[in-house]
Amino acid sequence: MTKALPANLEQIEVNLKKLTNQRTRSSLLGIAILILIFFGGTLVSLEANAGSFGRGIANFFNYPRDLFVDTFEMGWKYWPRVIKYIPELIITLNIALFSTSIGFILAIIFAIFSSRNLIRNKRVIQFTKFLMDVTRSFPTLIIAMVFLYLMGKSSLPAVIAITIHTAGALGKLFTEAIENCDGKPIEGLSSVGATWTQKIRFSVLPQVLPLFLSYGILRLEINVRESTILGFVGAGGIGEMLAALIQWNYGADVLACMFLLVGTIVALDYLSAYWRHKLIGANQ
Amino acid sequence: MSSSLAIQRENIRKLFPDTFKQARKSRLRGQIIFFLVLVYLIVGFFTLDVVDIPKKWKPQNAAMFVLDTYAHKDHVTMKWENHEDIKIAFEGNYRSVYGRDNLDKSIPDWFYKNSDNVGNVVEFNNKGKAILYKDKVEIVNFPKYERGFTIKLNSNGKPYLVGSEDLVIEDLKGFRITENRVEFRPTLYERIQVYPKKVEIHRYSIGWKYFWFDFSSPLEPYTFFEALGLTFSKERVVPEMSNLKLFLTEIKDNEAFMHGRVWWAMLETIVMAVLGTMFATVMALPLSFLAAYNVTPIKALRFTLRRLFDTLRGIDFLIWSLIFLRAFGPGPFTGIFAIGFTDTGTLGKLYSEAIENTEKKQQEGVQSTGASKFLQHRFGIIPQILPIFVSQSLYYLESNTRGAVIIGAMGAGGIGLQFLGALGTGNDFENVAYMAILVLAVVIFMDRLSAWLRRILIGSDQLIVR
Repeated sequence: MTKALPANLEQIEVNLKKLTNQRTRSSLLGIAILILIFFGGTLVSLEANAGSFGRGIANFFNYPRDLFVDTFEMGWKYWPRVIKYIPELIITLNIALFSTSIGFILAIIFAIFSSRNLIRNKRVIQFTKFLMDVTRSFPTLIIAMVFLYLMGKSSLPAVIAITIHTAGALGKLFTEAIENCDGKPIEGLSSVGATWTQKIRFSVLPQVLPLFLSYGILRLEINVRESTILGFVGAGGIGEMLAALIQWNYGADVLACMFLLVGTIVALDYLSAYWRHKLIGANQ
Repeated sequence: MSSSLAIQRENIRKLFPDTFKQARKSRLRGQIIFFLVLVYLIVGFFTLDVVDIPKKWKPQNAAMFVLDTYAHKDHVTMKWENHEDIKIAFEGNYRSVYGRDNLDKSIPDWFYKNSDNVGNVVEFNNKGKAILYKDKVEIVNFPKYERGFTIKLNSNGKPYLVGSEDLVIEDLKGFRITENRVEFRPTLYERIQVYPKKVEIHRYSIGWKYFWFDFSSPLEPYTFFEALGLTFSKERVVPEMSNLKLFLTEIKDNEAFMHGRVWWAMLETIVMAVLGTMFATVMALPLSFLAAYNVTPIKALRFTLRRLFDTLRGIDFLIWSLIFLRAFGPGPFTGIFAIGFTDTGTLGKLYSEAIENTEKKQQEGVQSTGASKFLQHRFGIIPQILPIFVSQSLYYLESNTRGAVIIGAMGAGGIGLQFLGALGTGNDFENVAYMAILVLAVVIFMDRLSAWLRRILIGSDQLIVR
C-alpha cells in the first residue's frame, strides 16, 4: 500500500498536467477568437462609420454640454417645462402597461399549450414553441413600422408590436416555469379525478403565479423603454415628442424629456426590484 | 356521508379559525386585484383607441402590402395615340423594359399577336386575356366570367364599358368605373386600367423574380444553380472577368434586392451587438468586483459604483444612442457605445450580485493556505462566478442583436436603417419582407449560438441566475 501510493500520485500528476494543458489551450483559443472578433469588428466599424473615431471621442461631451447650458440659461422657468411633458409620459406608460397586460394573458395561453407536463400532443407543443420563437425574435420596431405604414400614425401600432413581442418573450419564460414546477400537486389532483382545467387552476397556477407576476413586472420595465423607442418612430408619447424636440434643437426641452424618462425608468427599476423581491422572496 | 364530511369541515374550521380567515382575505384581495385589472383594461381599450382598429385597418392596403411581399408584377402600357408602341416593363421600372434593343431582352411569352393578327394579347396566369386593339380593349376568357367585355373610348375621349347598361351588378363584379377610368380587377393578380390617354395592365406572378441576378445582368437568363455551374467552366460569359467573379459581383450588385448593401448592413448590426456586448463585459468585470461587499471594504466606493450602474442602465440606450449619434455620426460606433454603456450598468449590477452570492467556504479554503487577497479572489471567487458571467453576457448578446437593429433605425445605420428606407419607398415591399426575414433569421441564429456556446462552455443552456 505504501509503495503503491507514489506511482498513483505520479499518474495523477500526469493526468492533471494533461488536463491543465488542455484547458490552457482551449482558453487561449477562446481568447484568440475573441481578439479576432474584436479586430474584425473594429475594422468593419471604421469602414462603415461616417465620422472618425478620434473626432467622435473629442466631441462626446459637446452635445450633453449644449443641453445643460441651454437648461441653465432658462433658470427657474425650466420646471414648468418639465411638467408640461408629463402627459406625454403618461401616454407612453399607458401603452406599455396595456400591452404588457394583454401580452401577459396571451403568454399564459401560449405557455399552457407549450408545456410538456400539461399537453400530451407533441405537434401542438412544437407549433406553439415555433410561434413563440417567431413572435419573440422580431424586433418590436419592425412590427411597429409595418403597422404604422398600414394604419397611419397612432399609438396602436406600438400596442400591437409590444403585445406580440411580450407574448412570445414571456411565453418562453412561463413555459420554463410551468415545466419546472412540482409535479406532485398535479398528481394529487389527478388522483381525486380533477379535470384538466381544475388541475391547472389548483395545482399549477398557485405554484407559478408569483413567478409569472415577477417576470411580468420585469417585462413592464422593459416595455416602458420599448414604447419610448417606438414613439421615436411615430407611435406617440414622450418618444415622439423627444424626436421632434431634437430635430428642432430645443436643448432645454430635450433635457427635460430625458430627465422624465430616466426618472421613470429608475423609479420603475427600484419598484420592480421591490415587488419582485416581495413576490419571490415570500414564496421561496 | 356528505353530512359527516360537512361536520368534519366545520370541526377543522373551528380548530384553525385564523387559517380560514386568512384564506378568505387573500381570496378577496385576489378578486379585487382582478377587478382593478379588468377596469384598467377597459380604460386602456378606450384611451389607446383600440376600438378604432376596424376603422384604421384598411384591408385593401394590407392585402396590397402582403401581395407585394411575395409577388412581382409586370406592367404593360399602351398609349392610344400609337397603339403599336407597347411597353412591357418589370415593376413599371423604366430601366427594366422588355424587348429594348440594347438589353437584348426577349419579349415574354405571355405577350403575343392575337390569332386575327391584329390585336396584341396579354395572357394572365389564370388564362384570362386582355386583347389590345387600336380602338378598344377586349377582356376574354377569365374564369368565373361567362362573357367577355369590351372597353372603348367614347367621342369625348373617355373610356367606357360597352353595353354596360345591359349588365346586372353581378356581371360587373371586379369593375370600378369612374369618369376618367375603367378598371377591371377580378382578383388581386390581374389588373386592367383604361384611361383616356393609355391602357395600363398589371400582371402579377408569385415569387421573387430577379432575386439573384437583376434585370440587366448578363447572368439573368440562368438560374442560380446554372450560374453556379458556369463558374466551373472556362468559357467566359463576359470577356472582362472570370465567371466566378462575375457571379459574385452580379449577386452583390443586384439592383432589386441589393444583397451587397443589405448584407453589409446586417454585418454592421451584428458588429454593433457583438462588440457592444464585449465592451460591456470588459467594463463590467472589474467594476463589479469593486462594487461587491465581499471584495471591496470601502463602502463609499461601492455606493458610488452601484449608483453608476443604476445611472448607466437608467439612461436607456435610446438616449445613449442619441448622444453618441451626435458625437460619432451614423455608424456602428454609435451602436457599440450605446449598447456598451447601457449594458455596463446591467451586467455590472448582475455580476456584482453574483459575486456577493458566492460561497464563502472556497475563498476561506484558499485563505487558509496563506494566499494573498488577490489570489483568494482569483481562486476562491472567479471559478464560482465565471459560468454566471459567461451565461449572462451570452444572454444579452441575443437581446442586443435586436437592440442593434433598433439603434440602427434611429440613425446609426445597419439593417434597421435599410429597413426603414425600403418601407419608406412605399413599393419595395419584397425588400421589406426580405430584410424582415433576414433579421428574424439572424436573431434566431444568435439565440441558438448563445445557447450552444452556453452549453459547451458551462454545460447548461439555461440562464443561470443566482
